[in-house]
Amino acid sequence: MGFSRYVEVGRVVFINHGPDAGKIATVIDIVDQNKCLVDGPEEITGVKRQVISYKKVSLTDLKVTIQRNARAKTLKAAWAESDTLAKWEGSSWAKKLEAKKKRSSLSDFDRFKVMVAKKQKSRIIAQKIKELKA
Amino acid sequence: MTAGLRVLGVAGPKKAIKASSSSTTSTGKSARYYPADDVPRPKHSRAKKHNPPRVRPSLVPGTVCILLSGRFRGKRVVCLKSLESGLLLVTGPYKVNGVPLRRVNQAYVIGTSTRIDVSGVDVSYIDDSYFARSSSEVEGGEEEFFEKDAARAAIVSDKRRADQKKVDASILKVVDATPLMKNYLGSKFSLGKYDKPHKMVF
Repeated sequence: MGFSRYVEVGRVVFINHGPDAGKIATVIDIVDQNKCLVDGPEEITGVKRQVISYKKVSLTDLKVTIQRNARAKTLKAAWAESDTLAKWEGSSWAKKLEAKKKRSSLSDFDRFKVMVAKKQKSRIIAQKIKELKA
Repeated sequence: MTAGLRVLGVAGPKKAIKASSSSTTSTGKSARYYPADDVPRPKHSRAKKHNPPRVRPSLVPGTVCILLSGRFRGKRVVCLKSLESGLLLVTGPYKVNGVPLRRVNQAYVIGTSTRIDVSGVDVSYIDDSYFARSSSEVEGGEEEFFEKDAARAAIVSDKRRADQKKVDASILKVVDATPLMKNYLGSKFSLGKYDKPHKMVF
C-alpha cells in the first residue's frame, strides 16, 4: 500500500493549527520540504494566500486541477467547476467536525435530551436483534 | 430641671445645641443651659455600607440550576428568586426531585441556559425571615442533649407543606408543557470520564 494523498499543486488541505485552524485551503506551490504556498480561495474558505508549514496542515482526498502558482481568480473558478466545497462538506471528515462542534455547543438540557434519544435508539436496536436471534 | 435635662439628652446633643443657639439668637443672651457632663457622641465611623448583593446575571428567576454542594448536590432545581441576603430561593419542585423550597448560596450553583416561565408562581411572601428557626425548634431539653445522636425526623410545619404544594402545582403546570423537562429536573447531574466541565456549555 502506497500513499494516496500527496503534497502537490491543487491538493486541498485542512489547516489544523494557527489562526486559520479548522478551514481548508489549496496548495498553490511548494516552497521547500517544510512549507508550501496555499490559498483558500479566500472568498470560499476564508484562507488568505500564505506560506504555511506542512506541520500545520493535514492532506485531504480532494484535489483541484490548477496550474502552479495559479491566480486567485483561476483557483476560484477551478473550485466552482469541481464543486470542491460541496465535496468537502459531504465527506465524513467534515461531517464529524460539524458534529463535534454541535456537541460542544449543547446546553445541559440538550445533553439530557441526547442521552434519552440514545437510550431509545439502543433499546430499539436491542429489540430488533432479539427478534432476529429468535 | 431634671426632667428638662432628660428630654435634652434623649433628643441628642446636636439637637440640644441647636435648640439653645436658636434661643440665644433671638434674645442676644447665651444659653442658660450648658451640659456639665460630656454627652457621648458616636464616633465617626467609616464602616462599610452594605451594598445589595450581586447575583450572577445567569441566575434570573426561572433558571434551571445545578446544585453543587449540600445534601442535594447534583440535583437540578428551579431558581425562583434571589433574596435580600443574596441567597437564591430554589425548589425542585419537591414533587419532582424532592428538593423543597430552600435557600442556596449562588456560589455553589451552576446556572444553566434552560429557563422555565415562573411568572405564574407567587413567592412574594417568601423572604429570609420565612426560613428563620423558632427558638423552640433549636433548643432542646436535657433528654434532647443526651439523645442528640439519635436521628430525628424533620418537623415540617403545615404552613410550609401547604406553601410547597401551592408552588409545586404552579411550576408543574409549566414544566409539563415542555417535553422531557420533568425527567430532566428529576435526573441528577454528574460528570463522566471524558466530560470537561470548564469546556462545557450549560
